[in-house]
Amino acid sequence: MRAIVDIYLKPGVLDPQGKAVHHALESLGFDEVKEVRVGKQIQLTIDENDEAKAKERVKQMCETLLANTVIEDYKIEIVQ
Amino acid sequence: MNVAILRFPGTNCEFDTEYAFKKIGAKTSIIWHKSEELPKNCDLVVVPGGFSYGDYLRSGAIARFSPVMRAVRDFAKKGGMVLGICNGFQILLESHLLPGAMKRNENLHFVSKFQYIKVISSNNPFLKNLNEGDILNIPIAHAEGNYYIDSERLERMYDNDQIILKYCNKDGNYDNPNGSVDAIAGICNENRNVFGLMPHPERACEKILGSEDGIKMIKGFAY
Repeated sequence: MRAIVDIYLKPGVLDPQGKAVHHALESLGFDEVKEVRVGKQIQLTIDENDEAKAKERVKQMCETLLANTVIEDYKIEIVQ
Repeated sequence: MNVAILRFPGTNCEFDTEYAFKKIGAKTSIIWHKSEELPKNCDLVVVPGGFSYGDYLRSGAIARFSPVMRAVRDFAKKGGMVLGICNGFQILLESHLLPGAMKRNENLHFVSKFQYIKVISSNNPFLKNLNEGDILNIPIAHAEGNYYIDSERLERMYDNDQIILKYCNKDGNYDNPNGSVDAIAGICNENRNVFGLMPHPERACEKILGSEDGIKMIKGFAY
């Protein structure tokens, strides 16, 4: 199965990339944009059939390596 | 004084660091990251600058898991002196040997220039020869030097003299090249034996390089 991990800076932590993209959108006339947050997505292909087990393992991966939980939040989605 | 300088794939400041520490009379050895132990009678571990593991994922995130870092953690736990410069600072943050985290520079640029920094606290073995308020001119060169820590923990760090260096201008007034919280350039841990700074003291160790202020800093470790 596959796991998709989205990683973003925590709310309240200023996101320099998001801010720069927001400015660029504004200058292109997309005035309706209120905020931009830039994150990253990590896609994992996992040799595991149990969804709960896979999710638990990916959580461990996030806590130890994939995210820096001092400044980042992560979201895990398991897809078949 | 015996100094162990770590080298990861992508480290590039190990020889400059060695040169600077030899200048103050230290015996140095360069330690490959796969080594599971540090040299016996090592007095100081320096994690030098560079781009360990290509800065993949986050700066310092992968280097943290190198075998040598386990030895460094044990060494630090026993009170051993550890200094992280630039990417070395990032590695020590990722290793949780120092509090906080690094973000991309606020202006998203790789900033490479001479930068004035001010001594905020000299109540530690590293900066003990300097005075609070001293201004030093030391090069910086980084893309992820935007130091972040939440306000509650920042308060505790101030109370415990853990904020040791800040960016400033020539006159000592506020300047912030990367967006760091309170323009912080260097910190130490609670026990004041682990230090991290973004500026490169080893690049300011001779007049011909534009400044000798880096020697003034690293001399703190000499005996």
